[in-house]
Amino acid sequence: MKLTIPAFVGRIAFSALAALIGAIFALPLLWFLFAPFNARAELGLALPDPWTLNNFVTVFGNSYAVQALWNSFIQAVGGVILVGAAATLAAYALSRSSIPGKGAVTYILLLFSSVVSGSAAMVPIFLIVSAAGLMDTHLAVILTFAGGLLPTAMFILRDFIDSIPKSYEESAMVAGASPVQAFFDVALPVIRPGIVVIVVWSFVNIWGSFLIPFILLRSDSNMPASVAIYSFYSEAGTPIVTLLAAYSLIYSLPVIALYLFVSWKFGFRFFGGIKA
Amino acid sequence: MASVEFKNVTKSFGEFRAVSDVSFDIGDGEFVCLLGPSGCGKTTSLRMMAGLETPTAGQIFIGGDEVTHLHPKDRNIAMVFQDYALYPHMNLADNIAYPLKVRGEPVAQRHGRAKEVADVLKIGHLMDRLPSQISGGQQQRTSLARALVYPAKVYLFDEPLSNLDAKLRLEARGFLNHLQRDMGMTAVYVTHDQAEAMALATRIAVMDQGHIVQFASPIEIYRRPSTTFVANFVGNPPMNLVEVEGAQIDGKLALKAEGLTIDGLAMTDAIGKALATSGKLTLGVRPEHLGIAEVGAINTITAPLFANENMGPESLVTVDRGDSARVTARIFTDDHLDLSKVVTLSFSHEHVHLFDSAGMRIPALGE
Repeated sequence: MKLTIPAFVGRIAFSALAALIGAIFALPLLWFLFAPFNARAELGLALPDPWTLNNFVTVFGNSYAVQALWNSFIQAVGGVILVGAAATLAAYALSRSSIPGKGAVTYILLLFSSVVSGSAAMVPIFLIVSAAGLMDTHLAVILTFAGGLLPTAMFILRDFIDSIPKSYEESAMVAGASPVQAFFDVALPVIRPGIVVIVVWSFVNIWGSFLIPFILLRSDSNMPASVAIYSFYSEAGTPIVTLLAAYSLIYSLPVIALYLFVSWKFGFRFFGGIKA
Repeated sequence: MASVEFKNVTKSFGEFRAVSDVSFDIGDGEFVCLLGPSGCGKTTSLRMMAGLETPTAGQIFIGGDEVTHLHPKDRNIAMVFQDYALYPHMNLADNIAYPLKVRGEPVAQRHGRAKEVADVLKIGHLMDRLPSQISGGQQQRTSLARALVYPAKVYLFDEPLSNLDAKLRLEARGFLNHLQRDMGMTAVYVTHDQAEAMALATRIAVMDQGHIVQFASPIEIYRRPSTTFVANFVGNPPMNLVEVEGAQIDGKLALKAEGLTIDGLAMTDAIGKALATSGKLTLGVRPEHLGIAEVGAINTITAPLFANENMGPESLVTVDRGDSARVTARIFTDDHLDLSKVVTLSFSHEHVHLFDSAGMRIPALGE
């Protein structure tokens, strides 16, 4: 197809504008990729010269920062297991059983969920955790997040399960399977893509959170990475850019790895019903 | 193989009565079709046999044992679902062998048995495919294979052919008929397609609004429909029903309606009784029993031509008696029918069906 000259110019202008907007968004990411490898990194964007891993060596020498990554991992994985398992079972029950008012239950929970993990409820949560004797434990963080994330997870998963034909489990049961067998053999594999979405979503949520662990934890040895990142600020409050950049990159790797792993292993897809 | 019995079974969903005090008996080795329009309670009845719904009242027996509240897994039945319900994450071998898996058979044995059944159904070469990778007809046969892979007491079919195209449906119907002759299985088959029911069933239960209207052999239902509902549901096209005024003339019955005259029908006590209540009757004549009238024909329907559809071996000639009261004749000829604007159809006495004002069949002389 032959383009007219105004259309041609228009396309060039559009592409140039798109490239400019893209570059503006790319700049912080480029900084994020370059700065950790630069021994003299500042807030401006600069190519490292020479490339070096010294920043990472220093960060790994900081035992508090390394311990914090491990703490983040414990809290995130613990929360994910709790949210994933509980949301799957609850959503399945809500979708398949005929409990009266089950719709209302989900919506009310959903309404209050933003409160639980939000800052408005911080004081009562602090008091509850304190009264339960769970202050300064991983469990406190895990339970608080589970409470905050579960309703949304249940809501997403219930919608997902609603869209899966009941006849899968029915045919399994007619074929001789118990409800539990039908759940594990037939329903769970079909729901799995939905569970994966929940797992990634709750992992990212817990991994990146700051306020809840900051308030519920006391000792340095329990702090997650999101809080420990403050150890790379000088006492005057200025960031040590080189170390901060290196630590930030390490901190973001698990999330990237999780996305890559999930899309390689499961794919963000959905079997759904077979088109009849 | 086993018998199935319903004793005064009722199923309500809230205020709605899906199945209303239904009782029937299905003998060992029978192939029974539950036939009716959507919402008549046929699928609900089937699901209660399977144990997927619990009756609100009444009892269900399979092979003489009460199963009313038994879990589906303990009933030893097989079922083919309308949407096939093939497990999307399992290949065909695992899909077909699943009932054997839950029965604890080792892998090699159950895959061997699955292959045997699949070969009979001509899907044996697809065993490592996923359900989404095969055609609709193959999916249908896979779900059939999964039902046949283990010996069940009763085989339940929930509109298994309704998602197939017309040609595949005929093929699958023929195969099911063959299978039934071969295995002599007890089967309950839900359908809204009267042709499927006629072709497959040893007996048909015609259902309407939660009740069984007639439960009889296909030929009986075709020849002696017990109500206008059955008459209008079975047959392709269904029976023509015409409201008529009846009168007794010289000891014989005469019927009259717009464009229609019939004389000299045999009079019976039952007809007399029906006439005494309202004087109105419903006349039923099957399309295949109507012909283009010859000169001097006695039983005639005369009305403007509405449609003349050539189907190949036959033509469907429809006349319109006004107010959409149409009468269709099935004329068996592969010639083109040249018809005038007004057509007269005729039929013989023995093909007359009569129903009273409530729609109930009035037995003909000698029935």
